[in-house]
Amino acid sequence: MKRRLLLLVVLAGLAVAPRTALAHKPSDAYLTLTEHGGELEGRWDIALRDLEYALGLDADLDGRITWGELRARQPEIAAYALSRLSIDRGGQACATRVSDRQVDRHSDGAYDVLRFRIVCPRAGESLAVDYRLFTDLDPTHRGLLRVSGSKGEASLVLLPGGGPVTVGVGGEGPWRQLVSYWREGVWHIWIGFDHLLFLFALLLPAVLQREDGRWRPAGTFPAVIKRVAGIVTAFTVAHSITLALAATGKVTLPSRWVEAAIAATVALAALNNLMPLLRDRPWRAAFALGLIHGFGFASVLRDLGLPGGAFARALVGFNLGVETGQLALVALFLPVAFALRETRLYRVAILRAGSASVLLVAGLWLVERSLGVRLLP
Amino acid sequence: MVLLALAVAPAARAEPFVPATDDVVLETLPPGAAGSELRELRELRAELAKDPSNLELATRTAWRLVRLARTEGDPRFSGYAEAALAPWWPLEDPPAEVLLLRATLRQHVHDFTAAIADLDRLLEIHPERAEAWLTRAVVLQVEGDLAGARASCEPLRLLADNLTYVACATGVESVRGEGEASYQALFEAFRATPPKEPAKRQWVLTSLAEMAERLGRDAAAETHFAAALAIDRRDVYLLAAYADFLLDRDRSAEVLRRLDGEERVDALLERLVEAEQRLGAPAFAAHTASLDDRFAAARRRGETTHRGDESRFRLRVQGRAGEALRLALANWQAQREPRDARRVLEAAVAAGCPEAARPVLDWLDETEIEDVHLAALAQRLEGGRS
Repeated sequence: MKRRLLLLVVLAGLAVAPRTALAHKPSDAYLTLTEHGGELEGRWDIALRDLEYALGLDADLDGRITWGELRARQPEIAAYALSRLSIDRGGQACATRVSDRQVDRHSDGAYDVLRFRIVCPRAGESLAVDYRLFTDLDPTHRGLLRVSGSKGEASLVLLPGGGPVTVGVGGEGPWRQLVSYWREGVWHIWIGFDHLLFLFALLLPAVLQREDGRWRPAGTFPAVIKRVAGIVTAFTVAHSITLALAATGKVTLPSRWVEAAIAATVALAALNNLMPLLRDRPWRAAFALGLIHGFGFASVLRDLGLPGGAFARALVGFNLGVETGQLALVALFLPVAFALRETRLYRVAILRAGSASVLLVAGLWLVERSLGVRLLP
Repeated sequence: MVLLALAVAPAARAEPFVPATDDVVLETLPPGAAGSELRELRELRAELAKDPSNLELATRTAWRLVRLARTEGDPRFSGYAEAALAPWWPLEDPPAEVLLLRATLRQHVHDFTAAIADLDRLLEIHPERAEAWLTRAVVLQVEGDLAGARASCEPLRLLADNLTYVACATGVESVRGEGEASYQALFEAFRATPPKEPAKRQWVLTSLAEMAERLGRDAAAETHFAAALAIDRRDVYLLAAYADFLLDRDRSAEVLRRLDGEERVDALLERLVEAEQRLGAPAFAAHTASLDDRFAAARRRGETTHRGDESRFRLRVQGRAGEALRLALANWQAQREPRDARRVLEAAVAAGCPEAARPVLDWLDETEIEDVHLAALAQRLEGGRS
C-alpha cells in the first residue's frame, strides 16, 4: 500500500515534468580580473540566490534577503568564495585580499560584489585560475571569467572543479602601458596641488620685469614665452633627474621629509616674489627647487606599482604626463597674465596678494608635514 | 583610481552600489523556496551533508529539487539536484532511482539522447516503472519520434491508471492527425476519473487546453486553461502556454496582469515583453534589455536551450527575421513540437524564405497534424495549401 502510494506521488510529480523544460537563466557568477599598472584586481559577482542555497542568507525565513542579512554574512561569504578560487602566477600561488563589498543587479537578480586585490609573489605572462565555486552544490554552475590587461580582453567560461585554466595577461602592451602611465602623470599633477602652486608662484612674475626695484610689464610676448619656457624646462629637467634617481632606488629619502621639503619649496617660490632672493635668473630657482619635487613624483610612481620589465617605459610615460599637465597650466595661465600685465591689479593684487596667499598655504603645509599635525581642512 | 573603476565596470550594465539601509530588500526568493519550504530544504541539505552517501536521503532531496525546478522554471534547482546525486552521477549503472532522476535532469538541459539511454537502462531492469515509460514517451515526442513515443505509452495501459495511459497516448495522437478524437478521448477519461492530485489534474487540463486550441476551439480551451489556473499550484509551463493563448488573441493587458512579477523566468519574461510592446508599457525597454542580457549570457555559456524563445524575441519584438529563422531552425534540429514548428514557419514567412521552412512543411505533411496556426502559416508559405 505504502509503496503504491509513493509511486503515485512520484508519478504525479513527474507527469508535469516531461513538458519541455522552459529556458531560464541558470546559475552564473561573473569573475573579472583586471591588470592595471602592475596591480591585479578581482571582482566577483555571485548571485544572492546561490549564496542563499550555499550558506542560508535569509535569516528570518521571510523569503526576502535584505542588505542587513547579507551584510551580517559578508565575511563568511568572502571566506567561502575565496577559498574556492586559486590564482597562480609564474608557478606560485597568489594571495587574495578583500578590498570592497557592494551589490549589483544583473538581468536575473541581485549579486554580491566582492572586490579583492591579488598579490602575486612572482611575475608572469599568464595566470592559472582554478575555479571551484559551487562544485559541490551545482555542477551546472559556471564562472564567466573576463580577464582584462590593457593588452586586450579575454573571456572564458569556467567549469567548477574543471581544473586550472591558463589565461594570458602578459602585462600591458608597451604602447598602452606608456599611455596608462602618461595618464597617471597628468592626473597626479592635477590633483597634486602643491606642484601646481609651486609652478604658479614661479610663473606669476614671468610677465613682468624688475627695473629699479619696481615691477614693470615685460616687453614682448616672445620674450615672455622664452622666460616661461626656461622656467618650465628647468623644473622639468630637475624633477626628471631626481625622479629617475629615486625610482631606480639610487637615492632614497623618507617620504615625510620629501613632502615637507616640497612645501618649503612652494613657500620659497612665493617668498621670492615678495622679497628679492633669486630674481634675475628665475630658471635657477625652478631648477634648484624642482629637484625636490622629483622625489615626490617618485613616491607616487612607487605607489602605482612598477612593472618589472618595462620600468623605463613607465618612467617616461609618467614624466611625459607630468609635463603635459604642467603645459596645460601654462596654456591657461599665460594668455591671461600677459593680457593683464600692464594693470595695477596684476602687479598689486595678483602678484603680491597671490604670492602672499601661496606663502601662507605652503607655510601651513610645511608645519603640518614636518610636525605631522593637521591645520588645513 | 578613476581609471581602475572604469576598467572594471563594463562587466555589468548598472554600477554596483552599497544599499543605504539594512532593510533594503535585495532579492526575493521564489515562493516554492521560501518560508517553511526553505526551512525544510535547508534541513534536508544539512542532513545530506552529514550523510552524502545515503541513497534514500539523496534521492528524496533530489526529487524535491526537481519539483522546484519545474514549478519555478528555474534550472538552478536542477543543478542542485544533480549535486545531491554526486556519488552516483558518474556511474554507468547507478541505482534505479538515480537513473530516473538523471534522465529527468538530462532532459531538463535538453540532452535527450543521454536521457533516453538512462531510461532504457532503467526499463531493462525495471520494466514495471511507469514513470520511466511516461518520461520516455515525452522525451521521444519532443525529439520528434512520434512512433517511438506512442509505443512507449503502451506499457502504461497495464502499469498505470487509465487517465495516465490515455493522457500519454492522446498526447502523441493529437499531433498525428487525430486531433479531434484525441481531445474527446482525453476529455472522457478525465470526466470519468478526475484525479485528486493537483499536479496531475493540472497536467491533464493543460493538455486539454492545448489540444482544443490547436483545433480552433477557443471557448473550450479558455475553460480548460481557467480550470488549470484555478488549481493552487504554480506551473510555469502552464503560465507560458496561457500567455501564448492570450497573445494570439490580442489580449495583451491580461498577459501583463498574469505575468506581473514573473520576470525571473526567461520564457515568461519573453511573453511579457511581447505584451508590453503591443501596449507601449513603460517597463518594455528595461525588460527588453534584461532579456537581451540573458540571451547573451546563455550564448557565453554555450547554452542552447534558449534558442526557441530567443527566436521568438528576435522576430516578434525586434523584427530581425533572418536571425530568428536561423535560431528557429537550430532549435528545430533538437526539438519538434508544434510550438517549435510555429517558430520556424513564422520566421520563414517574415524573412520571405519559404524554402528554409521545407523540413517543417514536410513534417506537417508527414504527421498530418491538425493545428489552426500551423495550417494558416503553411498556407501563406505555400500559397493554397490545405
